[in-house]
Formats: sequence, structure tokens, C-alpha cells
Amino acid sequence: MLVINNIKDTFRSFLIEIGALSYFTSRFFKDVFKRPFEFKEFLRQCYNMGNRSLLLVGITGFIIGLVLTLQTRPTLMEFGAVSWMPSMVGISIVREIGPIITALVCAGRIGSGIGAELGSMRVTEQIDAMEVSGTNPFKYLVVTRVLAVTLMLPLLVIIGDAIALFGSYLVENEKGNVSFTLYFNQVFNALEFGDIIPATIKSFFFGLAIGLVGCFKGYYCKKGTAGVGKAANSAVVFTSLLLFIIDFIAVFVTDIFYDL
Amino acid sequence: MTDKANIANRNIVLEIKDLHKSFGDNHVLNGFSMQLHQGENLVIMGKSGSGKSVMIKCLVGLMEADSGAITVMGNDITKLNQESLDILRADIGFLFQGSALYDSMTVRENLEFPLRRHTKKFGDNVDTEKLVIEALENVGLISAIDLMPAELSGGMKRRIAIARTLILQPKIILYDEPTSGLDPITAKEIIILMQEIQKKYNTSSLIITHDVDCARVISDRMILLIHGIDYAVGTFKELSVSKDPKIKAFFKQ
Repeated sequence: MLVINNIKDTFRSFLIEIGALSYFTSRFFKDVFKRPFEFKEFLRQCYNMGNRSLLLVGITGFIIGLVLTLQTRPTLMEFGAVSWMPSMVGISIVREIGPIITALVCAGRIGSGIGAELGSMRVTEQIDAMEVSGTNPFKYLVVTRVLAVTLMLPLLVIIGDAIALFGSYLVENEKGNVSFTLYFNQVFNALEFGDIIPATIKSFFFGLAIGLVGCFKGYYCKKGTAGVGKAANSAVVFTSLLLFIIDFIAVFVTDIFYDL
Repeated sequence: MTDKANIANRNIVLEIKDLHKSFGDNHVLNGFSMQLHQGENLVIMGKSGSGKSVMIKCLVGLMEADSGAITVMGNDITKLNQESLDILRADIGFLFQGSALYDSMTVRENLEFPLRRHTKKFGDNVDTEKLVIEALENVGLISAIDLMPAELSGGMKRRIAIARTLILQPKIILYDEPTSGLDPITAKEIIILMQEIQKKYNTSSLIITHDVDCARVISDRMILLIHGIDYAVGTFKELSVSKDPKIKAFFKQ
């Protein structure tokens, strides 16, 4: 009986959380078009989130490209299909691995950062101070951050994809003596708009999810330092789960339009 | 302290009537009422969790009261739209308990921040730099202008927070526990600063505290908030000699 009650309570609080997040999201879409626009803060956030995530995204992308090629090569060699390597790596990185890995890395780097920053501002009454000074804290803190991460994530994905492909090329160059031109010619020959456009659109939604969940968790952070830690932690956990759900929906929708 | 005899005859700048606020079954405010007069220092004392901070947050619209009327300089704040409330907020300074300085901004940016929304109050050609310097000179911390909040001591943070409150030249200042967490010497310096500000700008101050020394030095009048109501009203002298055990408990050191 106790177990059933626990499950009921957990499910109930999950639904409450989803409801609150939906309200938060609708508030974001209402406020995003309202004046005043906080351009300076938006640009500052773009720099913070984009530029400062670049190294992490770059290293992750490079290793993924390298490892994917190294792990796949022996299998393709067995089938005598090693010449397909650039096409295979290109499609898998651009369609799926690049966006989802970059989004997961950014959920950890940006989502937790937003959760912790807004959470600490909430518990130290900085958000209240902002409101009392006549500034709408939702517009200044939430709208700018969500917009920045939504815009920056597709750019990070493109950069991450390029670096991952470069990592893959290094392995191919070393093991198969494939030239840079030949490798990237094969990659771009294999890629179609049906691979690039849905992946880019998906990245915008990934960015939106990271920004919204991070801000939501931080903005409604409970009192105390433990609350800040919890906000940062649950921002990452909840966002990661949401990213896979969005990814599933995106692949499903893409399949309808592009007949994968 | 200001001239007590004249206070009752002055204009009322802030009035609360029959304020109620509950959180579930926890009835924090049960009909609290008060009046703040022009140039007055009114201290509100109460135990921790008695609803002092809730009351002060209702006053500036950070929390919505369940019922009751809050009138600030003739405006019923419960009926104001967001824009009018923001304009009115320029006349109300709020010093938060933990100073609430923006961590990611320098002292200068912290002080400039409230000005960005209230340029109308000072005109379009407002000299921000001049206002920032003047506010910092008032609190004696001009040298800290380019420091980050993390580089300041607790007392310095409180002074900077006062400067940020002063920059909009408010008519009313609300102090939420202005001396809490400070050593006795720094606390005394903050109290002196509050008195100087009151004298210089003729502001009306509502001070929430449970620091008896602060209340003794600064108050023109006091209200004891007990059981969510204005249980006792009077001067420090009157209340400190009361025979009521609930009132006496506040003045036992």
C-alpha cells in the first residue's frame, strides 16, 4: 500500500511539475515579444553560453568523431565497405550524434549553470531586488537566457559536427591514407537537405528545452543552499530526459516528411 | 530621532488596513494595520516567523495579500497595474536582509541598474555617473566603485545596498533587518547611516528588526507584531516599561 501511495505521490508531483513548466513556457512566449527588449543582456548571455561552451563542445565532438571511426572501421573492413566510412560517419554525426551529444554536453554545462545562477539569485533575494527596482526579472533573466541558448545551440552543433568530422578524417587519413578533399567530398555527397535541415531545427528545440528547464528550476528554487544544488542537478536530469523525448519526436516527424 | 510631537500631525505616506495573509493553514497576518507618517522612523518588531517580512513584501507588491488595503502615497497598490506599480516603486526604497547585491555586476553596475528603468524621474539627460558617485559618497564607499560584491565585507555590502536604495531618491525606505548578521560596531555604523539619510533626505522609514538597540536608537514609534496583528503601538520608552509579558519578552536582554 505504501509503495502504491509513493508511486501516486511521485506521479502527482511529476504532473504538477509538467503543468508548472507549461505555464512557465507560455509566459516565456508571451513575454518574448513584449517591450522592453534586453539586447545587452541577451548578447552577454550569447557570449557566455556560446563562446564559453565552445572548447567543451569541440573536444567532445573531436573525440566522438575519432572514436566512431576507430570503432566502425574493422566492421566495415570485414564487409569490404571501408570506402563508405565518410558517408556513414557524416550522416550519423549530422543527423543524430552531433546534435544529441552537443545538447547533452550543453545541458550539463549551460542548463546546470542557469539553474544554479538563478537559484542562487532567488535565495539571496536578488530576483526580488530586481523586481522592486522596476525591472521585470522574468524578461531580464529568463527571456534573455532562453533566447540565447536557443540561438547558440544550433551554432554549437554545427561547429561540433565539423570538428567531429575532422576527427574522423584524421583516423581515415592515418589508417586509409584518405586525403582531406576526398574525405569531405564523400561526406558532402552523402548528405542531403533532409539530413541537415531537420537536425538544425531539432537543435533549436534542444536549445529551447535546455534554457526553459534550467531557468524554470532556478527561478522557482526553494530556499537555502541545498535548494540551489537541487535546482542545478534537477535541471540537468530533467533536461536530459526531455532531450531524448524531443529527439524521438523529431525523428518521428522527420520520417513522415523525408521518408528516412 | 525626529520631533515626536509633530509626527502625528504629518501626512500619512503609507497605510495598511486589516491585512490578512495565509499560507495554507498557517495564518501569518490576521488583520495587521499601521500608518507611517512623513519623515517618521517606524520600527516593527516581532519574533522570527511572525510575518514581518511577509508584510513588507506585500507592501511593495512582491507578495499578494489575501485581503486588506495597502495605500502608498495615496495609491492603493493592490489595484495598480504593473506599469503604475513600477513607477510607484521608484519612490519606495527597499533594503533587503541579505543586501541582495547582484553578484555578476560591479558596485557601479549595481547602482546604475535601478536607474535604467526610471530615467523619467530624473529626465532624459540624467548624469548616471554623478548619481552613482553621490550615492556612494553618502555611504562613504566611493573607493569600492569598481569592486565586485564578492570582494566586499558584510558591512560594506549593506552600505552599498543602502546606496543602491538611495540612488532613486525614494520618499519611503523599507529596511528589512538592516543590522542582522553584522557585528555590534558595524551595526551601530549602519544605524548612524540610516539616521543621517533620514535627516538629509527627510525620508520616511519603516524598519523591521528584532535588534532592540537599533529600535531604541532609531525609532520614533514602534509596533509589536504578535499573532499577526499590531499587538502594541507606542514609543520605545512606552513599550519598554509595559507590564504585558508578551511585550516585556521583547525587551529582555
